[in-house]
Amino acid sequence: MAVRRSRSLRVHMGLLFAFLYLPIAVLVFLSFNSSGLPTVWEGFSLQWYRDLVGDEELLAAIKNSLIVAGFVTAISVVLGTLLALGLQRTVRSRVLDSALFLPAVIPDIVLAIGLLSFFNLLRFTLGLQTIVIAHVVFDMIFVAAIVRTRLGYFDRRIEEAAADLGANPVTTFLLVTLPAILPGVIAGALVAFTLSIDEFVIAFFNSGPTSITFPIKVYSMIRFGVTPVINAVAAIVMVVSLLTIVVALRLTRPKGEVSTGLGVGA
Amino acid sequence: MSTAAAPARRARGRVWGPRVVLLGPGTAWWLVFFLVPVGVLIAYSFFSRGPYGGVIYEPTLKNYVRALDPLYIGVLWTSVRIASIATAVALVLAFPAALFIARASSRWRVPLLVLVILPFWTSFLIRTYAWMVLLNPAGLINRVLMGIGVIDEPLPLLYNEFAVTLGLVYAYLPLMVLPIYASLERLGPQASEAAADLYATPAQTLWRVTVPLTLPGIVAGCIFVFVPSLGNFIVPDLLGGGQTVMIGNVIQQQFLTARDWPFGAVLAMSVIVLMFVVLAVQAQVLRRTQEVEHGRPA
Repeated sequence: MAVRRSRSLRVHMGLLFAFLYLPIAVLVFLSFNSSGLPTVWEGFSLQWYRDLVGDEELLAAIKNSLIVAGFVTAISVVLGTLLALGLQRTVRSRVLDSALFLPAVIPDIVLAIGLLSFFNLLRFTLGLQTIVIAHVVFDMIFVAAIVRTRLGYFDRRIEEAAADLGANPVTTFLLVTLPAILPGVIAGALVAFTLSIDEFVIAFFNSGPTSITFPIKVYSMIRFGVTPVINAVAAIVMVVSLLTIVVALRLTRPKGEVSTGLGVGA
Repeated sequence: MSTAAAPARRARGRVWGPRVVLLGPGTAWWLVFFLVPVGVLIAYSFFSRGPYGGVIYEPTLKNYVRALDPLYIGVLWTSVRIASIATAVALVLAFPAALFIARASSRWRVPLLVLVILPFWTSFLIRTYAWMVLLNPAGLINRVLMGIGVIDEPLPLLYNEFAVTLGLVYAYLPLMVLPIYASLERLGPQASEAAADLYATPAQTLWRVTVPLTLPGIVAGCIFVFVPSLGNFIVPDLLGGGQTVMIGNVIQQQFLTARDWPFGAVLAMSVIVLMFVVLAVQAQVLRRTQEVEHGRPA
């Protein structure tokens, strides 16, 4: 009985992985298709990758996204790491915890139009700067969650030892705490960078007419002209974000363990 | 100043100093760019639409009255229905997977979990687009089905409620597996072993022991899928092709096309209210489960 049950679970797991990865595999496969149709295979070609490199608008959008993600990552890492230390060490209340996590739970469209209304009220000009501000709101929380997992493995007695040896709090942080949690901080940075590069809804509402980010460009490509270039773009995005996240997950915990980056799970 | 107060003040300073430095910047950002914007949105919902869009500051309740129109109630109902079905399907797919991972040897748990969560960390937009390619009348699924002779004509898989539901399940499935796995792992095998020793069949063990004790994880997973599904507008837009309209699509139209921000804000309020209802249900379930675990009468 137990054996048969575990076998059906095994089949279920296999089908689930097929469900999760088949769409991604199909896109990558089709990106090497010489056919102009997105769904018919006619032979191997790198044509769409060449077209992609020549697409000025697309490159401009990628550049915008990289600029945004760079600023977002820098700000989120600082705010998120401080938050992680603060929440871990000075706060007992779960209410503050849950409240800070709300921007990651609330539907993104609500956050997007809330920020749009706010920027409008203050007469902020929409552009890359407003996207940066908006992305930091939820990216810093993810950084905080990831750094906290790492902090959980850190023995605070080492800090006390540093203090006993005469190190002030700043020195202790820079020479003892930060090196210990650095892998978590780097993992947080990678996740924040990936999230910012991929983020669409908030950028869609808060970018203004002149600062198109990469996902906004991809969205208009998908909606208004299905060309196989999209498959090439999709394949690159998929592969790059998968690799980045694998690295980030590996860094989050000491070797042999893993974090899912959401503060829950293994 | 008494001498006794000085050490007390220093002690307080030790706690408050780091607290402000560590928590200050993040919570300030949260306050200014999350709480205040949501507050502005709530305020906008009570004002009037300007002649050229935007907002004029004349207080009114007419936006809320307008939202009670059967048209919008209907859209909200469709959204709740689709999000609920997507959540239920995700749960049915995720629970056995979480069980499988929780029962796997410790060497395999981490890689399996990472494989489940990975797609979630890649572009949502592009994963949705992948289904446009697959569900297309000339897409892979129809080609395979026609190739093996199951069907003669392509099935209309794209641009309907089925496609939207599928897209939402695909997008948020990893978020269902994760919390269920976490609660299964916390539970450990002892409870079900004890049940088996008391001659419970595997089905009985599952229904009367494992599921009730992992209910917090199940409910958390349901929230992680339901809430983002409810407000989603990309999936209905791309996979519904304008045929299936959810509340997120109407909010988007009000803000970007009709430029009726106050009314769009009211519709967003309905999403927020639904979200808090769901969170209240979760709190209730958590309390019940804790009572059961601590042996108090439920």
